[in-house]
Amino acid sequence: MTDFSRRTLLKTAAAGAALGLAPAYLRQASAAEPIQVAGIHDASGGIDIYGRPMINSLTLAVEEINAAGGVLGRPIALKNYDPQSNMQLYTQYATEAATKQKASVVFGGIISASREAMRPTLRRFRTPYFYNMLYEGGVCDRNVFCMGSTPAQTLQKFTPFVMKRFNAKTIYVLAADYNYGQITTKWIRKFASENGGEVAQADFFPLDVNDFGPTIRKIQAAKPDMIMSVLVGAAHNSFYRQWVAAGMKDKIPMASTTFGIGNEQVLTSPDEHDGIVVSYAYFDGLKTPENEAFLKKYTDRFGDKADAVTEASAMTYHAVNLWAAAAAKAGSVDRDKIIPALEGGLSFTGPAGKTTIDPKTHHDTLDTYIAEVRDRAYHVLESFPQQPPADTAAVCDLAANPNETKQFVIDVKS
Amino acid sequence: MDYALIVILQLVVTIANLALISAGLAVIFGMMRIINMAHGEFLMLGGYAALVSHQAGLNLWLAIFVAAPVTVGLIGAVLERLVIRRLYGRMIDTMLATWGVSLALVGVVTVIFGNRVSGISPPLGSVPIGGYAIGLYELLTAGVTSLLFLGGWFVLRRTPVGLIARGAMQNRDMAAALGVDPAKVYATTFVTGAAISGLAGALIAPITGVAPSIGAVYIAKAFITVISGGTAILTGALSASALLGSVNTAFSFVMTPVLGEVALLAAAVLLLRVLPQGITGRFFRRSL
Repeated sequence: MTDFSRRTLLKTAAAGAALGLAPAYLRQASAAEPIQVAGIHDASGGIDIYGRPMINSLTLAVEEINAAGGVLGRPIALKNYDPQSNMQLYTQYATEAATKQKASVVFGGIISASREAMRPTLRRFRTPYFYNMLYEGGVCDRNVFCMGSTPAQTLQKFTPFVMKRFNAKTIYVLAADYNYGQITTKWIRKFASENGGEVAQADFFPLDVNDFGPTIRKIQAAKPDMIMSVLVGAAHNSFYRQWVAAGMKDKIPMASTTFGIGNEQVLTSPDEHDGIVVSYAYFDGLKTPENEAFLKKYTDRFGDKADAVTEASAMTYHAVNLWAAAAAKAGSVDRDKIIPALEGGLSFTGPAGKTTIDPKTHHDTLDTYIAEVRDRAYHVLESFPQQPPADTAAVCDLAANPNETKQFVIDVKS
Repeated sequence: MDYALIVILQLVVTIANLALISAGLAVIFGMMRIINMAHGEFLMLGGYAALVSHQAGLNLWLAIFVAAPVTVGLIGAVLERLVIRRLYGRMIDTMLATWGVSLALVGVVTVIFGNRVSGISPPLGSVPIGGYAIGLYELLTAGVTSLLFLGGWFVLRRTPVGLIARGAMQNRDMAAALGVDPAKVYATTFVTGAAISGLAGALIAPITGVAPSIGAVYIAKAFITVISGGTAILTGALSASALLGSVNTAFSFVMTPVLGEVALLAAAVLLLRVLPQGITGRFFRRSL
């Protein structure tokens, strides 16, 4: 360095000063070593429509907690993994989060297949796991907390509601071909027959199917009174488009257990979705002070164009807050201390209303709603406050059998 | 009666769909013996070309019938110049190279548009047939496919260009000795195949939507159709589409759509066991 100008001299001096301060900063950091938290959600691939709003909520919840001083005086270090809608990567990232990152808790999993891919891994490494998507129910595992709604909370009310609304006796079910679709279809069969109707036919589709022409012709031949869509993922979205193109829109009404949890109301046009009836534990149109405050924070943080908040996204926010409250109560993030704290009837009131963890099933007691899609928005038709997870409770009691690890498949006789 | 009609129409639509997604591949494989692994991505690019130009304000029909084939044809021209031309006659190398191209195209499109499905609603509405209905747009794609094959037949059989193309395809050296530049013929063929794929992708896009990885859904079916068809470009693709499409539709209606797909694959396996040279290796041998 021949010409040591004043500018470089100043730069060097500044760098030196910063270096001098570094030890003090590092000392402070070691006093409050961050708590490692992992988020494993698809941010790309066919399932990304569900993942993106969940990742936003997770990020927002962690940032809020950190701004308020962290958990037990320690900041949270969040690491987001993107399994790219690939089930194999779920297992890999769950292992990485548990071993390399040494995460104290994992939030994640979207489709049921991904949850079942991660569950044994996280149990083996004794890492508590929150699954925040609505699903088919029945998971009974002390290491797992399921925050989303299950069929007894939604479908039990929803099936008779839509049958009455559409004056329907026969239902044609279109479902995704994996555990969620198969089990949900069984529930629909059960609730339909209990209410004097029946499932005329159920067709199952792998997640990459995007041509529904023959199916639509079959539906026309079967002439059901209504359609129940249990379709999942971006490829299946084309069904709604093809349904309208075949001129079926105003002929046979439709309800869905999945439409909207990937913000399909934004991806399809009002022509395609007006009149579809759905049932979830959260809609972004809820007019509660908690929800309005949450939505404002969400929009401020991620902008107007961010993916709209879905049930899974709201439940992710609830999950992080419940976990933080349990940590404060237990005085530790250690698995063996935090799980009993979570089992102590902990509840959180947030955007989706009041959610309380049921100690026997590790599921949520929550509010559910039935709504109609119209002009890219949901209009709530009816609400059912504080629904217990009765389906899982019928088969699962973790207080009596804490070592249970399976997902019970409800045996539904049709 | 109207049910029979709707089943027949669905059958026609399914067959036309298979023929449409295979046409571009059939041209490139049949004329040049090049296995183009990037065929699915050509379809995907056609879809995006139509979608983007339509969203930019272009009339939907112009977007599908002009913008998409021109764009993908140009991309095909560039690829032919940079990659394919250097690998003529080396089948395995071309497969590898075009597979690499396919991965690169998926990557580039993912970076630009994101790994998500975008779509346009199918235009035209539907026609009622008795108590049933079928989308007019689906029937239109079937019509366009027939025109495409008729046009292909006319060009190959009745024009000087077609004669040169057939000559170069049958005997490259002899054609060269007679003053035809095979390189030029091959380049034109590749660009034509790419443009047809672009058109096909654009035509399908309103029905299925487009995503960067959507090519993978089509490539297997397109390959199976072309290989089952055998050496004759047009008759092969058409007859294989008719056979496999019928099997698919029959099983879809009687059983489930998933078994329809399985039956299609099983039929292709059986067919190639019985007729290793494809349908046109045994029947319609003198056809195109």
